[in-house]
Amino acid sequence: METIAVEKEVGKKTQTLSGAEAVILSLIEEQTEFIFGYPGGAIMPIYDALYGYTEQVQHVLTRHEQGAIHAAQGYARVTNRPGVVFATSGPGATNLITGLADAKIDSTPLVCITGQVPFSLLGTDAFQETDVISLSMPVTKWNFQVTKPEDIPGAIAKAFYIATSGRPGPVLIDITKDAQFADMEYSYKKCTGFRSYIPKPPVDIEKIKQAAELINAAKRPYILFGQGVILSEAEEELATFVEKTGIPAAWTIMGLSAMPTDHPLNVGMLGMHGNYGPNKLTNECDVLIAVGMRFDDRVTGNLSRYAKQAKVVHLEIDPAEIDKNVQTDVAVLGDAKESLRLLAEHCNTNEHSAWLDRFKEYSKIEYDKVIRQELQPEKEGLSMGEVIRRINELTDGDAVVVTDVGQHQMVTCRYAHFKKTKSNITSGGLGTMGFCLPAALGAKLGAKQREVIAVIGDGGFQMTLQELGTIFQTQAAVKIVILNNQFLGMVRQWQQMFFDKRYSSTELINPDFVAIARGFGIEAATVKERNNLDGAVNTMFDHDGPYLLEVMVEKEDNVFPMVPSGASVDEIRLE
Amino acid sequence: MKQIFTIVIFTENKIGLLNRVTSLFTQRHINIESLTTSESEYTGIHRFTVVIHELEDKTFKIVKQIEKQVEVIKAFCFKDDETCYSEIALYKLRLDELSDMKELNQVLEANEAIIKEELGEFLIIEKTGHKEATHQLFEDLKPFGLHGFVRSGRVSLSKTYSTFSQHLQDLETHSKEIITVN
Ligand SMILES: Cc1ncc(C[n+]2csc(CCOP(=O)(O)OP(=O)(O)O)c2C)c(N)n1
Repeated sequence: METIAVEKEVGKKTQTLSGAEAVILSLIEEQTEFIFGYPGGAIMPIYDALYGYTEQVQHVLTRHEQGAIHAAQGYARVTNRPGVVFATSGPGATNLITGLADAKIDSTPLVCITGQVPFSLLGTDAFQETDVISLSMPVTKWNFQVTKPEDIPGAIAKAFYIATSGRPGPVLIDITKDAQFADMEYSYKKCTGFRSYIPKPPVDIEKIKQAAELINAAKRPYILFGQGVILSEAEEELATFVEKTGIPAAWTIMGLSAMPTDHPLNVGMLGMHGNYGPNKLTNECDVLIAVGMRFDDRVTGNLSRYAKQAKVVHLEIDPAEIDKNVQTDVAVLGDAKESLRLLAEHCNTNEHSAWLDRFKEYSKIEYDKVIRQELQPEKEGLSMGEVIRRINELTDGDAVVVTDVGQHQMVTCRYAHFKKTKSNITSGGLGTMGFCLPAALGAKLGAKQREVIAVIGDGGFQMTLQELGTIFQTQAAVKIVILNNQFLGMVRQWQQMFFDKRYSSTELINPDFVAIARGFGIEAATVKERNNLDGAVNTMFDHDGPYLLEVMVEKEDNVFPMVPSGASVDEIRLE
Repeated sequence: MKQIFTIVIFTENKIGLLNRVTSLFTQRHINIESLTTSESEYTGIHRFTVVIHELEDKTFKIVKQIEKQVEVIKAFCFKDDETCYSEIALYKLRLDELSDMKELNQVLEANEAIIKEELGEFLIIEKTGHKEATHQLFEDLKPFGLHGFVRSGRVSLSKTYSTFSQHLQDLETHSKEIITVN
């Protein structure tokens, strides 16, 4: 007989409540500020209970459950706090699946609560019944079905603990409607651990010493950092380690903004559309130090020709990532913050100026061949790169930039400069088009004092544009920039390069985006000419409230450099 | 080279956890050759025994993924020479088709099988052993008019000292420590 392990504190006062009210009180206990959600039959008792607590917790009614979960992701990514989502059973629950998969692969903490048909109807193909537990299993870190009201506080406590501890991830709790209605004795106790789960393996000092020995002896050491640095809030520890050892550091797109772009030892972006030097020199370094990153195939290219010459040190919280794609010589398990602090202590002060110069040489080649023409194009049409760079300069690199998926995403990661951490929000591992608009809304709610810019392709915008309605209703001052190339640009680029320019189903006949925004009550404008760009961008930022700016860009520009799929990182192409 | 691996998994007793574990195999296109689950010698802890035919590297990686599931306590994997393992098979024969009891008894003796039960019209025979052995008896019984056959999944015990109980103790102390901190 399974039950949720509920810790009852002896002597703590309880109160009699409905399960639904217990859900809301438990969320409040976990300092929930926002719930992103969408009501329906099976979750109505919870929405009814919520009605009595609108002072303590704000519900954001999105226009689609996918919008709700992406908004919660955006919120989680700027705050490092769990995003909370409500959805009803059946279609409400299935609409969460894309967001769960996205949050799972990008390690984003979420607590999703779905309503379910009453216990007595489970398995009867009742109206709006789906087996959301089975459906969501591979895309959640943990999930649980509650059928008894007394299990609610324990399940929610466990959900928050699992979502936020160790390598974070999404969790889902499915609550039958009868359990929401029924009464229970409520008391809440936060979960602080349970037997089968070791979220943070303790750092083994012997491993630190072995890693330090390799690093101290290295001639061409090289750091690759990922989102693990942001998730463990190890930005300072990373900077200390990098500065003390003088080792050049490159980032994955999930790690972008963990270290200021202009830091002298920040050598740039890894992966398929990353910078030239960081990719090339991966195959020349002698010690590779990977921090909180998982050697995704978009980062490594062909694994059989990836950093074969290097000794590999991997700082990682998740044991399953060790040796998954790249064989390590020293694996340091544990939280990046702790591992980096200890590693910096054990490493010698050093510099590697000749090695760093190699990056600079490659950077110059890339500038001459790619970057100059992207930032100062001779063509009449605007390039994505110049638009991003101008927006970035006009916000002084302080804004949170949320991107969708495609060319504009790669260009933004390449050309936006960041000063603050948690400023680059994108769908990295899953590459989910439609992520940006709702995620930007969530990000704005989580970081009200910061400028939040949503950079979206004309394709991806049309996947979740209904969330303009939510942006209007909440008046969240998101600045939306559509980079309109009238194509599914990234797919078109592949067709051009690898499919003989056969543009099969990638051209878009678009609607009038300005009219759409205005129809949702959001001010908007479109800009085509270089001369008008600054003015249009300034108007957008000066506008009090949400704003949409459509920027017409070159139709058939390509993103370079590029490591073609299947190629090795040192076969990166500049054209 | 692919070979047989026995993966032994200790888990909390939770609805759906088996599903979570098997979906890891599905995702990697690994076929499960046999699967046995039941409560272990530790109250409240279940033991899954999964047999697969796979590459060593792929097997080691899936074991880590299994262990990563929050309600999995520990997973081990063994090659065939590292464990003592067995399966059980039951065979049903129709008595009215049995002409030669003597011959049958010889077959059973040679195969180290026993008559488990006589059920009026039927005879149930039981044999434990490796798959090859239970299969051999299956072949040998065919001429007698086999009316039913079932083979269980593998159960196995490692040939060395088990580290699991120590691990469990450590975990329990560890989680008590965390709980008392707050
Ligand atoms: C939901 C989803 N469907 C399909 C894709 C495949 N895909 C990747 S990039 C891309 C094109 C994106 O076009 P657009 O949004 O216009 O952005 P651009 O590349 O032009 O900047 C597509 C279709 C995806 N990533 N996500």
